[in-house]
Amino acid sequence: MFLKLAALFISALIVHNILLSRFLGCCPFLGVSNKLETAKGMGIAVIFVTTFAAIMTWLAYTFILVPMGLEYLYTLAFILIIAALVQFVEIVLKKVMPGLYRSLGIFLPLITTNCAVLGVAVINMNEKYGLIESIVNAVGASAGFLLAITLMAGIRERIEMSAEMPRALRGLPIALITAGLMSVAFMGFNGLIK
Amino acid sequence: MQNPLKLIKNGVITENPTFGLVLGMCPTLAVTTSAENGIGMGLAATAVLMGSNVAVSAIRKFIPDEIRIPAFIVVIAGFVTVVQLLISGYAPALNKSLGIFIPLIVVNCIILARAEAFAFKNGVLDSLFDGVGMGLGFTLSLTVIGAIRELLGNGTVFGTTILPPTFYQPALLVILAPGGFITLGILMGLFRNYQMKKNAAAAGGAPEAAVDGWKELDACGGCALKNLCGGGNAAVVCAKAQPAREEKEAGK
Repeated sequence: MFLKLAALFISALIVHNILLSRFLGCCPFLGVSNKLETAKGMGIAVIFVTTFAAIMTWLAYTFILVPMGLEYLYTLAFILIIAALVQFVEIVLKKVMPGLYRSLGIFLPLITTNCAVLGVAVINMNEKYGLIESIVNAVGASAGFLLAITLMAGIRERIEMSAEMPRALRGLPIALITAGLMSVAFMGFNGLIK
Repeated sequence: MQNPLKLIKNGVITENPTFGLVLGMCPTLAVTTSAENGIGMGLAATAVLMGSNVAVSAIRKFIPDEIRIPAFIVVIAGFVTVVQLLISGYAPALNKSLGIFIPLIVVNCIILARAEAFAFKNGVLDSLFDGVGMGLGFTLSLTVIGAIRELLGNGTVFGTTILPPTFYQPALLVILAPGGFITLGILMGLFRNYQMKKNAAAAGGAPEAAVDGWKELDACGGCALKNLCGGGNAAVVCAKAQPAREEKEAGK
């Protein structure tokens, strides 16, 4: 059991990295990976929200949608749960941990429309994971997001130092090509998990 | 009412969602493994975009400003569910190859961005044509990227063999995940190059040195939530939030 969960975690973290092999959450990956600090903040906020969202959507799907035969409404239900959850987390953080709110709060509105959060919830549903598996998959996938966005920010900070780059490639185009090379590197983990 | 042709041209060329506004990167990268998938995804997004633009524009006077984003999301999610059921009913093969990216149209930033930036401020017909233009622009870019990747990675376009294997050994990597990033990066560089040349010519042949490249390089582009997060820059957001908060407290 434990081994199975560990395999699931590693698979979600690196083998099927949510950014580099599943292409979920690319907008924040390209948008806020300019600075290492911001990238870290975004990554941690994503871990937080994805994990809570995976629990809430699993509960709602299993105990509300399935018994009522409303599975086809899952898109609508999941996005509402995520939007409400993000609002809730924002309000609670503001009150309980103002320090953390100042560093993570600004990313929260963005996370509602981060496809990684909805994507993980839908993957959990499609793969018919149980609650524990869903949580492990969510933590692994969002930790993979943190890993990829931090690596990317580190590389981009260095790239921007170089003045030799053709003007047309500066910024986004070179960031995409860098992501492609990182993705090649991550392909090396294929076969790590059967 | 604005000229519908102009609105459509704006979406397809001037503000092309993929290359101009840099929106909706996830489906752009993920489903463009073949030209057919690209067109399927593009048309599905176009249908949702037209529906949500019209609906948001029609109810824009009743939505309070503070809760407009959740309201947009509910409208969009409704249309996505309709499109999802139609695709799984009438095009099961497409449904299988697009997979998880159909429900994820809900969080496609193009749709939310157009609701926020256009439909919420303009009339129903204008919004419809804006939806058509943006949707076609998205479809066009996805199809072009899909065709290039399919040609290089498989030697075919729309399933028809263009480069026979005897003559060209397909580079499988182009269809795999890394190929998506690299192809899009190169295409975007070419598009940027074309734009810079055009701008320089329009400015009377001013030297390109005026363009730094790094600063223009705002990946948040047309993101609907740019104002909320300031591109992840806390200083921008806090500076904006401060006066509002002081006002509120003074009001008390």
